[in-house]
Amino acid sequence: MNILTIARKGLKQRKLASALTAFSIALGTMLMVAVIVLAGAVDGVFNQQAIGYNLIVGAKGSALQLVMSTVYRIQPPIANLPLMYLEQLREDPRVEVAIPMAFGDYTKPEHGSFPIVGTTTEYFLNEYAPKKTFQIEDQPGSRQLTKLYDAVIGSQVAIKNDWQVGDTFSIVHGSADSDKIHDETFEIVAVLQQTGTPNDRSVFLNLEAVYILDGHQKPIDEVETRLRDFYGDDADRLTRGLWQLDQLRKERAAGEAEGDPERGYGIDTPEAMKEVTAVLVNMRSDFDAVRFQSQLKSTSKAMAVNPIRPIKQLMTQFVGPTKDLLMVLIAMIILVSGVSIFVSIYNSMSDRKKEIGIMRALGAQRNSVFAIILAESSVLCVGGGLLGWIAGHTVAVVASPWISAWTGLLLNPWYVNPYEFVLFPVLLVLGVLVGFLPAMTAYRTNVADALQG
Amino acid sequence: MSLLLQNVQKSYLEPSGSRLPVLDIERYELPQGQQAALVGSSGGGKTTLLNVVSGILAPDSGEVVIDGRDIAKLHEVVRDRFRASRIGFVFQTFNLLPAFTALENVLLGMSFSGRKVDKEFAVFLLERVGLQHRLDHLPQRMSVGEQQRVSVARSLANKPVLLLADEPTANVDPANQELILNLIRDTCRENNVTLLMVTHAMEVANAFDRIDRLHDFNRLAPKPQEAGS
Repeated sequence: MNILTIARKGLKQRKLASALTAFSIALGTMLMVAVIVLAGAVDGVFNQQAIGYNLIVGAKGSALQLVMSTVYRIQPPIANLPLMYLEQLREDPRVEVAIPMAFGDYTKPEHGSFPIVGTTTEYFLNEYAPKKTFQIEDQPGSRQLTKLYDAVIGSQVAIKNDWQVGDTFSIVHGSADSDKIHDETFEIVAVLQQTGTPNDRSVFLNLEAVYILDGHQKPIDEVETRLRDFYGDDADRLTRGLWQLDQLRKERAAGEAEGDPERGYGIDTPEAMKEVTAVLVNMRSDFDAVRFQSQLKSTSKAMAVNPIRPIKQLMTQFVGPTKDLLMVLIAMIILVSGVSIFVSIYNSMSDRKKEIGIMRALGAQRNSVFAIILAESSVLCVGGGLLGWIAGHTVAVVASPWISAWTGLLLNPWYVNPYEFVLFPVLLVLGVLVGFLPAMTAYRTNVADALQG
Repeated sequence: MSLLLQNVQKSYLEPSGSRLPVLDIERYELPQGQQAALVGSSGGGKTTLLNVVSGILAPDSGEVVIDGRDIAKLHEVVRDRFRASRIGFVFQTFNLLPAFTALENVLLGMSFSGRKVDKEFAVFLLERVGLQHRLDHLPQRMSVGEQQRVSVARSLANKPVLLLADEPTANVDPANQELILNLIRDTCRENNVTLLMVTHAMEVANAFDRIDRLHDFNRLAPKPQEAGS
């Protein structure tokens, strides 16, 4: 019968007190592990190369918002850029790839309010993250976005709605809680395999389809104003754009005169009327990317953002310190739990005086009874910590779908942060510290007196 | 010689700072395998004597020789180990650990001796005291007689040379008194264990061939008539 067995028996004898003190440690550890896991997972999500492009080009505004809306799709877009600007980007010899993205709509709330992304098939042919390419589920009838109302869905969207290739759905306009449902129905033509990125909870539509949805076309006069603002220094493009708008005005006027009010609103809408929310760009070199960024800074047209930098700033300035503050608070909770273990064991010492006296009379050495009490406090701390560790990860497992739905972040609840490996040695030290004084009491027990008691 | 006390003195420090002498024994001996009942008045130092003999208390001076070793001269750690391996103890209040089953209480007695824990022998001892059906029972589920029998089994777990029994039948009902007494005496006889049993009850003492009166060898113990006055 070893020290641990004897300690376990001692704890069993004081079941309620032992359970309560272990529970308090478990609770603190659970909170700490949950914070570590969730913060670590958030950190992992944001710090990973979630995007295989080195620049995002969007309307001038917050760099963080552009990244959050384009890459993570958890914030509304800033504003739009003329689609003509995409053409301009593609003409730049430094640009290797430029892929348009248009978003702002969502699936219906009952379908999970997943963000809708209008793009081109090129998006799926490029790497979504460095050295990672999209794969689709092997389902009969799978194909690229070829028809106007085709849709490709992410793995989470498919799981949430139990959607497969061939299923159809409609979307809501403007925001996730909007009650305006577009009349058009989209057919799923491919289901993406899980990527571990925000693509998993995105629905991709043909970019052209986005332009013809009701409410997506702005009044011609408003578009003209924006074009004049945007291309004030580019007479050629401005002229071409204004000419297209004039032609559209005439066509719509003719349509109304001839009793065809739909004319000029369909798929043949001129390019000048179309906008994109952001453009994913891969430059031919990092040097080109830096130069292009600084070049755009000096104009009022658009901005180009390295998708990693704003996130790193966010992590450094807000998420990191918040996590640290939480960790300090939780460490104090665990410390208080440790004190409660100390109080519990210390208070039990007077009741256990005789028990210790008996063991000593049977030949137990002072060191042995000292070790038994230390083992008890250590078992409570480490055992409670182990329970808390399991509970913490269970909380993460339970909470991750909810957090994903709420924030749009995909979390891996089984993510084990290196901090967690430090937790158990720390709890062991805590157990030894809080058990030391009671153990000394046991060590100093006067056997003859204890047996009389 | 199993037990030899020579020139043993023991006193306690009182709160006032003065010392209260309790034992002053010139010589007391108990040969190997012999059984003796030790009787004496309350407050005469019987329990102190057992504590000194068992090594729980160190004497102020003198020799306490057990199985050829003077335990008074041993370091506490060695004395503890010696007590665990050579001396058995049966207490008046049984002193079983409540969280441990009958078998575990006996095994616990073995755990501190430094020898290998012999579960088979522990079971044998419990069978010997008639508790083969109670191995996995906790003390609170057993009668006082059964508890004392577990205590007897535990005291023999390390095959001691000397068994000290402090009024082992005092808390046991009359029906069990004789059973316990015979059990202790028989098992000691079977294993050639020297037995020193403290008792108040003369009917218990009279069962022994040898009855030692404390005041006969402890100069500080009051004689019975003195105790009554």
